[in-house]
Amino acid sequence: MLNYESVLNNRITEIQPSGIRKFFDIAATMEDVISLGVGEPDFETPWKIRNAAIMSLEGGKTSYTSNRGLAPLREEISAYLRRKYSLSYEPKSEILVTVGGSEAIDAAVRSVVNDGDEVIIPQPSYVCYVPMVLMAGGVPVIIRNKAENDFKLTAAELREKITPKTKAIILPYPSNPTGAIMEKADYEEIEKLISGTDIILISDEIYSELTFNGKHHVSPASVGNLRERTIVINGFSKAFSMTGWRLGYVCAPKEIIAQITKLHQYSIMCAPTTSQYAAITALRDCDMDVEAMIEEYDMRRKLMVYGFNEIGLECREPEGAFYVFPSIQSTGMTSEEFCEKLLEEERVALVPGTAFGECGEGYVRASYCYSTDHIKTAIERTGNFLKNL
Amino acid sequence: MNIQILKLLSKDARMSAKELSVITGLTEEEVETEIKDMTKEGLIRACKAVIDWEKLDDGYVSALVDLKVTPKPGYGFEDVAKKVARYKEVESVYLLSGVSDLCVIVKCRNFQEVSRFVSKELAVMEGITSTKTQFVMRRYKELDVALDVESNDERGVVSSC
Repeated sequence: MLNYESVLNNRITEIQPSGIRKFFDIAATMEDVISLGVGEPDFETPWKIRNAAIMSLEGGKTSYTSNRGLAPLREEISAYLRRKYSLSYEPKSEILVTVGGSEAIDAAVRSVVNDGDEVIIPQPSYVCYVPMVLMAGGVPVIIRNKAENDFKLTAAELREKITPKTKAIILPYPSNPTGAIMEKADYEEIEKLISGTDIILISDEIYSELTFNGKHHVSPASVGNLRERTIVINGFSKAFSMTGWRLGYVCAPKEIIAQITKLHQYSIMCAPTTSQYAAITALRDCDMDVEAMIEEYDMRRKLMVYGFNEIGLECREPEGAFYVFPSIQSTGMTSEEFCEKLLEEERVALVPGTAFGECGEGYVRASYCYSTDHIKTAIERTGNFLKNL
Repeated sequence: MNIQILKLLSKDARMSAKELSVITGLTEEEVETEIKDMTKEGLIRACKAVIDWEKLDDGYVSALVDLKVTPKPGYGFEDVAKKVARYKEVESVYLLSGVSDLCVIVKCRNFQEVSRFVSKELAVMEGITSTKTQFVMRRYKELDVALDVESNDERGVVSSC
């Protein structure tokens, strides 16, 4: 019998599976659960986009595309980023279409990180950054975003963590799970701190369409001279409700994209062709669909923030993504205890804040990718749970 | 007048003043005053549920009846349109561009009632020169609501993405 421990790659075997897997597994098997636990849109992909995919299949567009993605798609991405975020990327050499934002993050990390390089990761944040840095041979350095800073990343916090070994900083804003956004002034402070260094910014902007209260998403690549050191990651999953299509993109100066292209070319070949054709329509013709979805999210967001505060869970008003991140500290429970008991007693599923890093302790994540009736029922039941404590 | 309240109510008329106040940032009293004023001004006409009558055996049948109308000097199509609208059987009346002049949606308990209504009331009305009745066979979408799809959430229960 093979000794698998000795044959497998240490770098992979040493990565710990997510600690709250147990809770996820329990939740997944329970019936009649009312969940606020899912981080993907409840809307179907707008019909125009689905139809464009069908038309491309009918037209026999079933072969590989260029490694970097369909040229017209890259042109649309370039135009879209200019129009929305004042970014300027050359479609031929500075944009690469990927299999979702996830591939883009992985490739971006691998393209810059050498063994032993430190990568600063603000938390609470999406779970993939730490394992991806580890798999690339890097050393994750965690910054704890604080509630009193509205979970933003501050230059002061960064200053404490930057060392001569710092290779890159992950910027996951708008944030899953906190809903925090970064504004121009926030990035200007960071620019002052890192200008003159070789530190790379990996900016995961997958929630960029989802900002509220009149705030618009700011990409660090549009601030001062940060463009030269920024890798912008975005995609279609959240903005166009296209999670299952697996389509994202990465933009950066051509010297970086040339390296990322090699990773992509040898491990992926090209992003799904059908999804690429659909995405052209998403960028060209779907402003109205996106606006309607954002309007709906905004309404739910306000009802949810109000609802949690009303039942006694302190909840800040997040300005981005589609999550709220209420504090459960008043209950004296840990996040996991709270979520397990709430699930057991009231059949409501929330995600413990610790799923997004240790500093998520004391918080839970609730997604508003659900109908208002669903949200109201979930909050009502959570209210009952609190009353019976 | 408050467009945001109108938009929200047009999507879900059951929204309470409390909920509307949370979403718009107005106080509950301000929301109530706005709604009262907009109702008085005739902007908000009614609040009704969208019902899938086909799920019931004794639902309704509807027909789209296109009318050709001789316009009356001084009144145009107004006169006929308003007269048609008075009938209980008539759900909607629209003035159209193109071949027909008016489109009337007629709603009755069965086919016979619709045909009787069209032949005895509409076809013989002064000013109406022809009728073309098309029965509704099936409804797929009404007032923005898709009727033939059941919501089916295939997403998992929890995820970290």
